[in-house]
Amino acid sequence: MTGRSLWRSLASGVLVAAFLLPLYWAVVSSFTPERQLFAAPTLVPRTLVLDHYRALFGERDFWTPVRNSLIVAGATTMLSVALGSVCAYAIARLRFRGKGLTLAFILAVSMFPQISIVSPLYLMLRELRLLNTYPGLVLPYLTFAMPLAVWLLVGFFRQLPEAVEQAALMDGAGRLRILWEIVLPLSWPGIASVAILTFLYSWNEFLFALSFTLGPERYTVPVAITLFRGQYQVPWGQILAAAIVATLPVAAIVLVAQRRIVSGLTEGAVKG
Amino acid sequence: MASIALSNVSKIFANGHAAALDLTLEIPDGELLVLVGPSGSGKSTVLRLIAGLEMPTSGRLSIDGRDLTNVAPQDRDLAMVFQSYALYPHKSVRENLAFGLRVRRVPAKRIDERVRATAAMLGIEPLLDRKPAQLSGGERQRVALGRVIAREPRAFLLDEPLSNLDPLLRVATRAELALLHRRLAATMVYVTHDQEEAMTLGTRIAVMRAGRIEQIGPPLEVFRRPANVFVARFVGSPAMNLWPCRCAREESRARAVTPGFSLELNGLTSPHGAPVVVGVRPHDLQMSSPEEGDVRGRIEIVEPLGSAALIHVRIEGLGTELTRVMVGSDRAVKADEEIGVRLPRNRIHLFDENGERIGSNDVLEVTAARETGCT
Repeated sequence: MTGRSLWRSLASGVLVAAFLLPLYWAVVSSFTPERQLFAAPTLVPRTLVLDHYRALFGERDFWTPVRNSLIVAGATTMLSVALGSVCAYAIARLRFRGKGLTLAFILAVSMFPQISIVSPLYLMLRELRLLNTYPGLVLPYLTFAMPLAVWLLVGFFRQLPEAVEQAALMDGAGRLRILWEIVLPLSWPGIASVAILTFLYSWNEFLFALSFTLGPERYTVPVAITLFRGQYQVPWGQILAAAIVATLPVAAIVLVAQRRIVSGLTEGAVKG
Repeated sequence: MASIALSNVSKIFANGHAAALDLTLEIPDGELLVLVGPSGSGKSTVLRLIAGLEMPTSGRLSIDGRDLTNVAPQDRDLAMVFQSYALYPHKSVRENLAFGLRVRRVPAKRIDERVRATAAMLGIEPLLDRKPAQLSGGERQRVALGRVIAREPRAFLLDEPLSNLDPLLRVATRAELALLHRRLAATMVYVTHDQEEAMTLGTRIAVMRAGRIEQIGPPLEVFRRPANVFVARFVGSPAMNLWPCRCAREESRARAVTPGFSLELNGLTSPHGAPVVVGVRPHDLQMSSPEEGDVRGRIEIVEPLGSAALIHVRIEGLGTELTRVMVGSDRAVKADEEIGVRLPRNRIHLFDENGERIGSNDVLEVTAARETGCT
């Protein structure tokens, strides 16, 4: 090993450690008894207990916010991928007037700061009687998720070899069938990225969730965790345990979707 | 099976490039028409216009007398082989062949029959369960062909289907395509930039340049009587020699004159002093001893081709332009040799100052005189 590469692996080791340390700290703390949390910190924990997790799912019913978050984030992800791919395909491949304007407009929708549209959205949702419901969260989330999905997928669809779709046209397939049978199977990497980003966004979203839910039966994970703190005490152990639980589905979906992100899906379609 | 007709079709792209200009073209049932031309001549655009992948700026297109100008490509029942093959990469060969039939809701049993029959015809049965990425270039090409044959469309459109194959495979596949056309007796439109492919495959060939058809006809007719200088240069390999001359008239006699020699031609109708172009194919020129030749020259390059050799000769009076002559391989030739070249008496092509062919037949009297002509 040359000095240069030794130095490089040392540097990357330090970097990885810097990234992982907070995560490690959180995991260890979530297993540490409340009394020892503020004692002199050690890197290797002395006692590990499941107290915080028991309290989380026993006394607090953390399942409800997890379920709420899964439903809201899952629905947002599925809808934005399904609708986004149809919109993106039309923009990427069909000829129609005002295409550039449409694309710019879609982007513009996502440019308003969240805080500036909370009040109007609140009034609208109240009129529609959607406050404190799942659609009341999914619909506002879509206004952010859809532009992201459309923009990412337009770029992705455009770089697929167009001749393959034209071959399908010549074979007699309509555009929707081509999207379903040809384009989507070839776009897994793009769809996986969109799904990951959308899910992450809706899973972590806080402001809308706080504003448009009214009671613990509809709280999502970030809202529920924030409201853990009581007037006189902050249950740090439970908050950290909740954070770990909240990380798991995200980590799972990233790992699953990441397997799909492999290059060379269109290999063999056209002669390089 | 179908006949295809284009009437006054133009295609002008948004950037102003005219890929097809006022084209009128009839392709009768069962014909294999080859569109041939250099890149950018609009031949692929014409094919895509027929396919429906491009919409004409003006003009009409009909198949079997039915106007299809505004019909979407998926409703035209034509099949196309793409230059890049454009196979469905995530589907097996079997699914690639079956897709077009499945889309048309053909019963599963019939699809299976068609796929089997097509695979047998092309010899790709062992490949049916593979994915395109696992195939060689030649195999992919067969699958691309199979995909269109399995469907039994009204007509086949082929966009440079052989250009991605290596030379040996290309010649073999070319012969198979000719055989296939005979067996299917289908209407085919074939695009290529390779004039040899065009000559060997076409029932008729259409030579294109800058969005126009310069000449259309049976291959041998185009070869023997090229309509203009462009066609003369493009069709035939090695390319025709084209000598720029000037017309000289004395009473009833007309001569084509170069600084080195002049030819008396009975079909020359140009006025005195007009520039003309004399064309002779390399096969029609004969090498001789310097004394016996009509003109004299020096060999600059020898290209042995095996059965024959192509020599490039600098002929006196023709400046730096070298003249190509085919000679039999039995005669030993080497560079810098002084030779004579004999002109054929009845295979001279004449073109006027606009490059258009002169003369209604190609049998012309030729007298070559070794003298210093006027210019």
